[in-house]
Amino acid sequence: MTMKSISLLFLLLNISLGWAEPDIQKANLRFPFDLPKGNGAWIRPTVGQIWPKPQLEQPTDNFMVLRPNDFHFQITGHTCDILEEAIHRYYNLIFFPPRGSGTSKRFQKLSNKYSMTWEKNENFRGYLDTVILNVMQPCEKLPSLNMDEHYEIKIDTTDRPREGIILGQSVWGILRGLESFSQLVYSSQNGIAFQINSTMIMDFPRFPHRGLLLDSSRHFLPLPVIKDNLDLMAQNKLNVFHWHITDDPAFPYESRKFPSLSQLGSFNPYSHVYSPSDVEDVIQYARMRGIRVIPEFDTPGHTQSWGPGSPGLLTPCYKKDGTKDNFFGPINPVPAKNYKFLREFFAEIFQVFPDAYVHLGGDEVDFSCWASNPEIKSFMKQQGWEQDFARLEQFYMQRLINVTQDVTKGEMRYLVWQEVIDNNVVLPTNTVIHVWKDGNNFHDELARVTKFGYRTVLSSPWYLNYINYGVDWDRYYLAEPLSFNGTESQKRLVIGGEACMWGEFIDAVSVTSITWPRASAVAERLWSSASTNDPRLAAPRLEEHRCRLLRRGFNVNPINGVSYCDIEW
Amino acid sequence: MNVLLLVFCFVASVQWAPSEAVPFVIPWYGRWIVPTVGEVWPKPQQQTSSETFFVLRPTMFQFQVVGERCDIIDEAVRRYYQIIFYPGEAGRSPLSYPPPPTPIQEHPQFRAFLDAVEIDLKQPCEYLPSADMLESYNIKIDTPDNPLKATITSDSVWGILRGMETLSQLVYSSAATGVAYQMNATEITDFPRFSYRGFMMDTARHYMPLKTIKKMTDLLAQNKMNVLHWHLTDDASFPYESTLFPNISRYGSFQPFSHIYTANDVREVIEYARLRGIRVIPEFDSPDHTQSWGLGQPRLLTECYDDNGILKVPDEYGAIMPTREENYVFLQQFFGEIFNTFPDPYVHMGGDEVSYYCWQRHPEIKAFMAANGWGEDYTKLEQYYFDRLTAATQEITQNQMRYIVWQELLDLNITLPTGTVVEVWKGDYEGLSFNEELARVTKYGYQTILASPWYLNYISYGLDWEKYYLAEPLDFDGSEAQKNLVIGGEATMWSEYVDSVSVIPRTWPRACTVAERLWSDRSVNDTALAALRLEEHRCRLLRRGFMVDPSNGVNFCEQEWDM
Repeated sequence: MTMKSISLLFLLLNISLGWAEPDIQKANLRFPFDLPKGNGAWIRPTVGQIWPKPQLEQPTDNFMVLRPNDFHFQITGHTCDILEEAIHRYYNLIFFPPRGSGTSKRFQKLSNKYSMTWEKNENFRGYLDTVILNVMQPCEKLPSLNMDEHYEIKIDTTDRPREGIILGQSVWGILRGLESFSQLVYSSQNGIAFQINSTMIMDFPRFPHRGLLLDSSRHFLPLPVIKDNLDLMAQNKLNVFHWHITDDPAFPYESRKFPSLSQLGSFNPYSHVYSPSDVEDVIQYARMRGIRVIPEFDTPGHTQSWGPGSPGLLTPCYKKDGTKDNFFGPINPVPAKNYKFLREFFAEIFQVFPDAYVHLGGDEVDFSCWASNPEIKSFMKQQGWEQDFARLEQFYMQRLINVTQDVTKGEMRYLVWQEVIDNNVVLPTNTVIHVWKDGNNFHDELARVTKFGYRTVLSSPWYLNYINYGVDWDRYYLAEPLSFNGTESQKRLVIGGEACMWGEFIDAVSVTSITWPRASAVAERLWSSASTNDPRLAAPRLEEHRCRLLRRGFNVNPINGVSYCDIEW
Repeated sequence: MNVLLLVFCFVASVQWAPSEAVPFVIPWYGRWIVPTVGEVWPKPQQQTSSETFFVLRPTMFQFQVVGERCDIIDEAVRRYYQIIFYPGEAGRSPLSYPPPPTPIQEHPQFRAFLDAVEIDLKQPCEYLPSADMLESYNIKIDTPDNPLKATITSDSVWGILRGMETLSQLVYSSAATGVAYQMNATEITDFPRFSYRGFMMDTARHYMPLKTIKKMTDLLAQNKMNVLHWHLTDDASFPYESTLFPNISRYGSFQPFSHIYTANDVREVIEYARLRGIRVIPEFDSPDHTQSWGLGQPRLLTECYDDNGILKVPDEYGAIMPTREENYVFLQQFFGEIFNTFPDPYVHMGGDEVSYYCWQRHPEIKAFMAANGWGEDYTKLEQYYFDRLTAATQEITQNQMRYIVWQELLDLNITLPTGTVVEVWKGDYEGLSFNEELARVTKYGYQTILASPWYLNYISYGLDWEKYYLAEPLDFDGSEAQKNLVIGGEATMWSEYVDSVSVIPRTWPRACTVAERLWSDRSVNDTALAALRLEEHRCRLLRRGFMVDPSNGVNFCEQEWDM
């Protein structure tokens, strides 16, 4: 009935049938594809297609067959731990996906039955037993904003008949290439478990910053969940894990210098914290997959949880009659000792997290508590700022940047939420502005930010925590970061985007299934060319990709309505 | 006030915090809600509690069956011992708090170690749960007439099951004393407000593996729900493997080997549910929502013609063809099999959303309509279909079969066999009120179950359980006799957009609120109080190994889901 009615609706929407009176309520559901008549799944998945779509692809109908016992990767260029780990990982992903081994076995059985019938197939080109991996430059140890992610794949091309090769200048390119290669391998309905079509791919990302934000403050996310999401990011070619690690509700980051912050500010100081070794674990896991970890320590607002473990840090709020009311506001920007604390704290952060960039937050600073505080009032008066608290925020951010630049010898780089620039705070020119407001009406802000000459990362249209009934990935897919009015040089300042999964209403139980494969839509927008923007064409590939991720052992939700995968959860 | 502005801020905000939208005050930092400890969900009808407590020791503890016994009790004893002492699939150990500073015996509220709970069933077991099953029970833990003892008493094995669930929820790990298994002295007299407390699961839009169905059944039992309404087939697929008509699932399922329910699978589900006091009511929706039946049962569906009388492309069909005699032979045999396979006398016949488009254009049907003088009134034809269907199924089941149907049949003034239950599903989102429908249905004298306010498949951002919790089935205008005809309700989870990956976290703990509405007293309707108990219940279900979503926003459980 409900969406029993929906299935009726498809029929209703389907003009050729033109049944019954349309139902306004349900007609609100929109689909990026035509709904089928009769029974069965709404979308037929593709076979052996890559997500996100490569920039350039020359597929053919010729195919080769992979044999698990004979197959190996051969390293001909530079190598390093990242590559060695990746080979191990991708061999397993291709041949023994955690839940999908059942499929392989099933198909292997079938293939014995049909014993080598494919050898007579006119498109059969041979067995692919070796794939060459050629990293042309020495490995970098750490992924960075400037990493090179180009790669090429040749499977049985005219210059390399019956051979397979993945090459790239950098190890990061090879990682992306291995992912693409693993997606090219498919189980065919002819009973061949591991088959790949002859093809040539030249691929590179459209934007260098392709991120996912996870929020471990509103709900604690255990390490296995974070690692699952890192795997999924790599399998969608995302390369930035934006770790919104603290916020008002909880401070789960265990600081070496200031352990009382998590001791008193986490949900539970033993079971609900990230120890230094946990953090290191996440960073290494991400590094192996070519993913940067950018921590966010949001200040001066969103810091309630910092208070218990750091007395004097937050601003005491006062009632109208001038007495303290036991609540605290943002970090108190006046006392010098707070900057001393922040200096030491961020020095630790800079050491613990190897990426040059740290997200300083700076969003949604509530001025009302500052305005009630006599110490701040007199400071404002002394500075002659009257009621302009944006200047006080500017003062805070400026001091924060000064002390962190000082303690990191000018090496720290910043991301901040857009408010910081909206409030006219002057930032180092290499700061990246994170645009998050106004949903799909983000264009003016992008134009504004880039006009100031700042680089920017977009999140506004990709707040995946807002869930919807029905098919909703196409709206994320169609959000185009460069559709604002601006010059070429302004557009070059848009370095990418991030999907955000805020944690108010989600925890480890569902964070993975709600995020994926919706975030896959964002991943393709940020990797593939701007012209790859037809949801009708994307839907069948996304359907395949969803079943692929499911087969690989990840609990990712259905994405296109009525459907099935060979292997269900 | 200013709804637009509010919505705008809401969308634009990193932090979600309009405190008027939640049934509690959001604090400045930390968790939004502090859960209760050792409270029961759904709330018992009567409970008196005390501060004195008992300590349970896993190695000493036993259930003593002092009354009647049967397989249902034996299984339950084993199950609940595990649930209490070793919750979770992974056999997770209980919480380890720092040991108490002094021996627990010296705690002022310590009463004794409780090493036995008596199970006292007064009447012989029934084999199958039914519409008339008795579910009331008593629990006495250290009451004046039962000092230092714990006893669960009931006249029915189903009551014993409900009582054991309650008992398992009374046991808690205490952060205050450091005791892993602690239980307060208490007395409970409990019984359900409604006899039909169901959950509808849709295995046609997405196939749900057996494991998922069993977990769902466990969760139903742990929320004292007692009907699994199994929406087995629909347009999208037909995963039920029929013994008499195997071709239907062979051609009509997503995949005829991996995506079907064999006869043995079905038996397994029924048995699993029976041991938990849950009825399994299958739905084979007809005459419409049957696209998937057509491939394996040629000539069953109505061939579709266009306005010019031209047969549409060969694969277009409408509802079941009601004028073909052979179809009633098929339906009689098919439902005969269903009646033998599913032990509950009730079968859900569907009957919703019948489209007349293809009927109206089929020459045979047009001739039939004319011969009967029905003009253009196709509800007559639908009535005819149901008359024939009920006659055929009554005959083959020797008048044993009972029916549940969706409300349309009544809305179209179709006469239904007495004893039929009408399920009300429309309303609210369609601008109609389910109260009017309930009044209408009961006025005709039919029993009814309500699903309208409990379409859990419709998801929304933020807290939404309150609206399910506050939906009241007996708010309609009607006599006492009419109200007595409302036998319960159902939470439904249509599966267009959900499969086994998320069906459990999407359903739970939202369905818990429906469970409490249907079990507990009408006066138990304060969301602020419920939130605290629901929070505990959510963490409890999580600890027991079920993937259930957070219920109240920012929060934590002592043991999080870590796969």
